[in-house]
Amino acid sequence: MAVTYIEQEGNEPLEIELREPHVAALLAWLVPGAGHLYQRRYAKGALFMICILSIFIYGLALGGGRCVYASTGQDFRWQYFFQIGAGAVTFPALVQNAVTKDGSDPFFVLCERYPGKDQLPHALKDKEFEIIGPDDAYEGPTYKDGFMAPPPGPLSQDSEGLDVLAMWHRDMKQMFDVGTLFTIVAGLLNMLVVYDAYAGPMIISPSEKKRREKVLAKSNREADDKSEDASNE
Amino acid sequence: MYTLLAVGLENALFWYLIPLIVGVSLVYGGTRHEALPEILKQSFKSLIWMFSFLLIIFVIVSFASWWT
Repeated sequence: MAVTYIEQEGNEPLEIELREPHVAALLAWLVPGAGHLYQRRYAKGALFMICILSIFIYGLALGGGRCVYASTGQDFRWQYFFQIGAGAVTFPALVQNAVTKDGSDPFFVLCERYPGKDQLPHALKDKEFEIIGPDDAYEGPTYKDGFMAPPPGPLSQDSEGLDVLAMWHRDMKQMFDVGTLFTIVAGLLNMLVVYDAYAGPMIISPSEKKRREKVLAKSNREADDKSEDASNE
Repeated sequence: MYTLLAVGLENALFWYLIPLIVGVSLVYGGTRHEALPEILKQSFKSLIWMFSFLLIIFVIVSFASWWT
């Protein structure tokens, strides 16, 4: 068991038992806070788990279960590379991406979209596309929104094509972006937690504090000298 | 300017910042200290710092939009 000593203000250095840092870091990534619980740092583990998972789940709910998805196709979802920092909670997006890559239906269908009057694909107009329930008698092709699945169908830059991603933005207004922001922040915060599980807290050591104070004092002296020179001239 | 402030407060988007800032402060504090009282102290400092920073930006932007 690795015992790490970290310098801190006062006489005694902080002594932390960082049990299996590599395993703890992996666990911390997979489930926020789990690495700390594994290291028996229960208070911090619980704090991280509650905070990060709350932010992630709240963001996902704000984004209607759609703002976390993986896509490397036409709609390259770069945000997912930050969201995946939150760990296993983002893995359903990878499964959904693999399932829907060949045009198949996603798991956990949230709603089904179809053209009201004409055939697919058709212009994106408010009244033409509707969300239907299972009782509606429509036989034609439909697009299904899935939980953490990429937007179905082609994405069009012009007004003549179907664009489900644009429909998400229209339906949820700014909440889609707010949800994306929350989930990205959760992923980035978990990166800090992974580091903490691996190497302990980032406490500013007394030697580092002294170095910073020296740099600050030096820059203050230089500023004073400059102002004195200016007043003498 | 008062109208803008009222619109800002009425707009629900503004309130979504609060849980985010609180969560970020707690996690950041947790990665800087080991003991819970110190974590909470650090989190409170970070919370005040972030809130003040955003408030200053808000006031500047509000003033700029009132001015133009």
